[in-house]
Amino acid sequence: MLIFLCLQSCKKESKKSENLDITSVKTYTYAELKPFLEKENDKVYVVNFWATWCAPCVKELPAFEKLGKQYANQNVEVLLVSLDFPKQLDKRLIPFLEKNKLQSKVVLLDDVNEDFWIKAIDSTWTGAIPATLIYNENKRKFYEQSFDYDLLENELKTFL
Amino acid sequence: MKTLKSILLFAAVAITFAFGIKTEGGYKIGDTIEDFSLKNIDDKMVSLSDYKEAKGFIIVFTCNMCPYSIANEDRIIALDKKYKKLGYPVIAINPNDPKAMPGDGFKEMKKRAEEKEFTFPYLFDDGQKVYPKFGATKTPHVFIVSKPKMTVEYIGAIDNSSRNSDNVTEKYVENAVDALLNGNKPAKTETRAIGCSIKIL
Repeated sequence: MLIFLCLQSCKKESKKSENLDITSVKTYTYAELKPFLEKENDKVYVVNFWATWCAPCVKELPAFEKLGKQYANQNVEVLLVSLDFPKQLDKRLIPFLEKNKLQSKVVLLDDVNEDFWIKAIDSTWTGAIPATLIYNENKRKFYEQSFDYDLLENELKTFL
Repeated sequence: MKTLKSILLFAAVAITFAFGIKTEGGYKIGDTIEDFSLKNIDDKMVSLSDYKEAKGFIIVFTCNMCPYSIANEDRIIALDKKYKKLGYPVIAINPNDPKAMPGDGFKEMKKRAEEKEFTFPYLFDDGQKVYPKFGATKTPHVFIVSKPKMTVEYIGAIDNSSRNSDNVTEKYVENAVDALLNGNKPAKTETRAIGCSIKIL
């Protein structure tokens, strides 16, 4: 156990020094996040709503990371919107991102009026996570469900 | 030919029926709910019909492990303390399958209820049969039901700040129950909050 802890902390330290930019996460209100959910250009946006404490969310993150990587040159952008507790930003979210070396853009959504913004993001969303929005300038689809890579890629393809 | 026709018709009806049930998505505002019988943490079975004196119920789908449920536990206890004596007791139901979420097993429910000194029944939806009837999708997820017709009056969140109780500016459930106690319909009948998806295999 001790060895494991040491290995982890050692690894983290070395990582921090080489990659400082990954350790900051911007916090947005819904009004600030909104422009990222309705961009009108030639890109396809895959927006995943998740949290570090949500087991099925964490399980599907690699699929989103892989998708972002595979389709980076096909105008696809992945955005991970964390719904972690704002108080746990430094203690949980940032260490999680460092440990798992997430490459996708991550932001924290902290807005008190959930009833408003959940409905605004999608009228069918009950508020359960994981949930995912895929959109481009012509089409928009919301998924209150979990994904594996194949399922996610198939959905993405309907936008390409 | 006639047999074939009736088989086809039967199949069509069966399919419609099956999908009809599957895609219904549970109770809506104004619907009448069915009673249930679920095991409480004291090992006794609980039904809504046991509550002869109640005017209605605050039914909360919640669980042990979900941080949003945990963040709302004190608020759920406060609701029960305030409204049980006024005729609207809290009935908590854990909809999760412990096979998918081991921390949400019956033993763990007993432990959590003891730790937090729950003042309300905490029922286990064994076989995950009750929550789909309600159309609950997450924890916590609240349904307020009024007697005598067992009418769904409100579906949604406890208040408008699930993640931080210090920032609450609107108490949805309290407002709804207060309205019902005054003989009115709730002004807001459906609200949403972030929650953990219900865990099934």
